[in-house]
Amino acid sequence: MSEPKPYLLEMRDICKSFFGVQVLHNMHFDLRAGEVHVLVGENGAGKSTLMKILSAAYQADSGHIFIDGQAVQFHHPAQARAAGISTIYQHFSQATHLSIAENLFLGNLPRNPLGMIDYRRLYQLARAALEAVGATVDPRLPVRRLGIGDRQLVEIAAALTRNARIIIMDEPTAALTDREVDRLFALVHQLKAQGVGIIYISHRLEELHHIADRVTVLRDGRSIGTQTIAEVEIDNLVRMMIGRDLQAFDAGAPEPDAFEVLRIEGFTRAGKYEDINFTLRRGEIVALTGLMGAGRTEVAEGIFGVTPPDSGAIYVRGQRVQINQPGDALRHDIGFLTEDRAATGLGMALNIRENMTLPYWAQGRDYIYGLLLNHRRERQLTDDYARSLNVRARNLSTAVKYLSGGNQQKVVLAKWLLARSSILIADEPTLGIDIGAKEEVHRLLIDFARQQGGAVLLISSDLPEALKLSDRILVMAHGRLVGELSRAEATEKRIMAFAFQVE
Amino acid sequence: MQQSDARPSRFAALTGPLSTLLSNQAVSLFFILLLLWLVLGAMSPVFFTVNNILQITLQGAVVALVAAGMTFVILSGGIDLSVGSIFAFSAMVTGIAMQSEFGLFGSIAAGLLAGTAVGFLNGFGVARLGLPAFIVTLGMMSIARGGALLLNNGTPIFGLVDGFNIIGQGRIADVIPVPTIIVLVVYLICWFVLRYTPFGRFTYAIGSNPEAARLAGVRVSLQVIGIYMLSGLLTAVAAMVEASRLNSTQPAGGDGLELNAIGAVVIGGTSLFGGEGSIFASLIGALIIATIRNGLTILGISAFWQNVATGAIIILAVYLDRLRRNRQGS
Ligand SMILES: Nc1ncnc2c1ncn2[C@@H]1O[C@H](COP(=O)(O)OP(=O)(O)OP(=O)(O)O)[C@@H](O)[C@H]1O
Ligand SMILES: [Mg+2]
Repeated sequence: MSEPKPYLLEMRDICKSFFGVQVLHNMHFDLRAGEVHVLVGENGAGKSTLMKILSAAYQADSGHIFIDGQAVQFHHPAQARAAGISTIYQHFSQATHLSIAENLFLGNLPRNPLGMIDYRRLYQLARAALEAVGATVDPRLPVRRLGIGDRQLVEIAAALTRNARIIIMDEPTAALTDREVDRLFALVHQLKAQGVGIIYISHRLEELHHIADRVTVLRDGRSIGTQTIAEVEIDNLVRMMIGRDLQAFDAGAPEPDAFEVLRIEGFTRAGKYEDINFTLRRGEIVALTGLMGAGRTEVAEGIFGVTPPDSGAIYVRGQRVQINQPGDALRHDIGFLTEDRAATGLGMALNIRENMTLPYWAQGRDYIYGLLLNHRRERQLTDDYARSLNVRARNLSTAVKYLSGGNQQKVVLAKWLLARSSILIADEPTLGIDIGAKEEVHRLLIDFARQQGGAVLLISSDLPEALKLSDRILVMAHGRLVGELSRAEATEKRIMAFAFQVE
Repeated sequence: MQQSDARPSRFAALTGPLSTLLSNQAVSLFFILLLLWLVLGAMSPVFFTVNNILQITLQGAVVALVAAGMTFVILSGGIDLSVGSIFAFSAMVTGIAMQSEFGLFGSIAAGLLAGTAVGFLNGFGVARLGLPAFIVTLGMMSIARGGALLLNNGTPIFGLVDGFNIIGQGRIADVIPVPTIIVLVVYLICWFVLRYTPFGRFTYAIGSNPEAARLAGVRVSLQVIGIYMLSGLLTAVAAMVEASRLNSTQPAGGDGLELNAIGAVVIGGTSLFGGEGSIFASLIGALIIATIRNGLTILGISAFWQNVATGAIIILAVYLDRLRRNRQGS
């Protein structure tokens, strides 16, 4: 077939090294107008880096970028933006205390003849921009009041106000609920129809058939193949990504009469959740599911003492305990893997080892003479987990801010597995982790429960994951527990039926 | 924890031990210090003598001691503006104690305790009242200064107890000044604490992400209080050295000390955002400040210009550090 017109975007021979380690090797990538080109690959393969070069957040060591067949060179992100390239980051770049409208037109605010901001006009423009992406929010609200899905729409609206022709979406659906994902996909189709080219990065391979036109697989900084969606076969794609097949998986089952390690009774916090009751037994994995905003994270924060409930009781191994702050929960052998790794999971300036062992040392275990950090022990522990989770880094003394998103998430996981709390609350533990490493995480969680006598309360928006791992599934809606399903009963359909139920 | 870990090399193309060495912030700063010495040495024959170099370590001792505590504070994401006032206050407490027949050790202990106590109040304000460190220590800067002035009606105390002068004026084997030894010992201890104790580790952790530290079970408030107490204590140690050197205690002493101490820490490359930095780099930062003052004095340039130079160097150092980080980020 002949090319009807030049590519909207072409990247050729892109090379990039960090600290002497080459992470992109002569990468080629192209994009047509009105197309969704998906990038997949293992954590640390170089997907985000390639996109940051395109948006000029990073400078390539060598290589060329062409837009409409014209060579371009960006030295500053503003230049890339002016050329019509916009990025929707997973971690938003918005000024959260400013209003939605101000965020949309930041740097380009409408002014009245006196040079002051013309708010009437600003809100008008903002309303129109939001309408274009199907967002039904008041432009005067501060951005921080929005949920993650709406923020994303605002970012896309902002991209459109800048006349973006190329939109980069780096794992946009990682933290979205199904309904928000549907809304995003609808918008993507609409953008395609308008001739916008979209580069889409995701670890959720099941999404590909819904939106991709072409798929490129990255491995160790090299492109190892581009396929049209008609050619794509998921199993084959997985093999291209991780170099092997996924293994069949047996989750096993907890001992039938294992004792109860955690009991929650009458948990209530005004406006967040009400009258939550459930138990967790030794060796068990129980999923807490529901739509975003159903109150799952809030319940977890209540148990862990981040924001204690207004009323309710916690029993650990049959004993009533008082948990007013995280330190109390840890003393009662409860760990909490939080969902937002940047805000509450990692010290970005600390290195991998220091992050992994923080709860371990904070519990005062294993000090030499009861006083000093045991560096040898630290190395042993962290080496093991880094290996089994396949953490990609130059070495384990690398600050985590230099890791790819998925590798950062692996560090958070290792940190809580290492803490050896026998009750683990895991909030979206596999967020952003590639499909191969996810398998390993699942194996580690199962092992933690069945072999090491732990118990896991799993919060996951990823229903296939919840179904695969859990012995029981609790469903929350509007701050209440609305259903419980055993492994045998649970299907995605039945869970969603509970989750969507209205009062 | 080491600089070489937290901040990979700017000599990335090199590999092996040489690059590890050069990538160490303290080591590369040391080369800058040497360069400074060479340049000043070329400009004045007096400069590059053993005696003058020792003189610099002596002059740098006070700032170095305060900078050691300040390093902990800044690593934890805080700032301590009250060190100059704590310095005067603890010296005055020691002076009063000497006049009241507390004896040599009793008086020193009283001064150290006073500094630590003010540090405790700082820590309490930051950790328990949840106020910004900038505000708490700014207020304390005024409070402790007032305290220092009140203690003896704003007048210095002269004629301290016999034997006290060794701390600031003594020389080991008639060569190495005692303050130089104190500084080395303090820095070795601080290095050890940062590297090998939970207290040190948690200092970095809190500076890097206080909420993550709290959720990991670190007792953040206690730790923060401890950090400000340490800053107060080391400031008081510096005050003892100075009082001994002058054989008097001055209620107006330590003026501008916070600038020099914070300057030493940031010249050392410790991030004002917390979580990143190395203690020995602060020592070299303090020596760089002392070198510039000493060099300008030797070259006969007015003390007023020394202030200008010190301030300019601090800004320049932070700017260079920023450039370096940006380049690494991309
Ligand atoms: N600023 C940086 N400094 C040093 N190394 C970096 C930096 N950014 C990325 N890297 C390294 O480059 C490699 C590629 O990272 P990148 O973020 O592009 O991966 P990714 O494919 O997006 O992975 P993920 O699926 O986990 O998001 C990783 O090994 C990472 O450690
Ligand atoms: Mg990425």
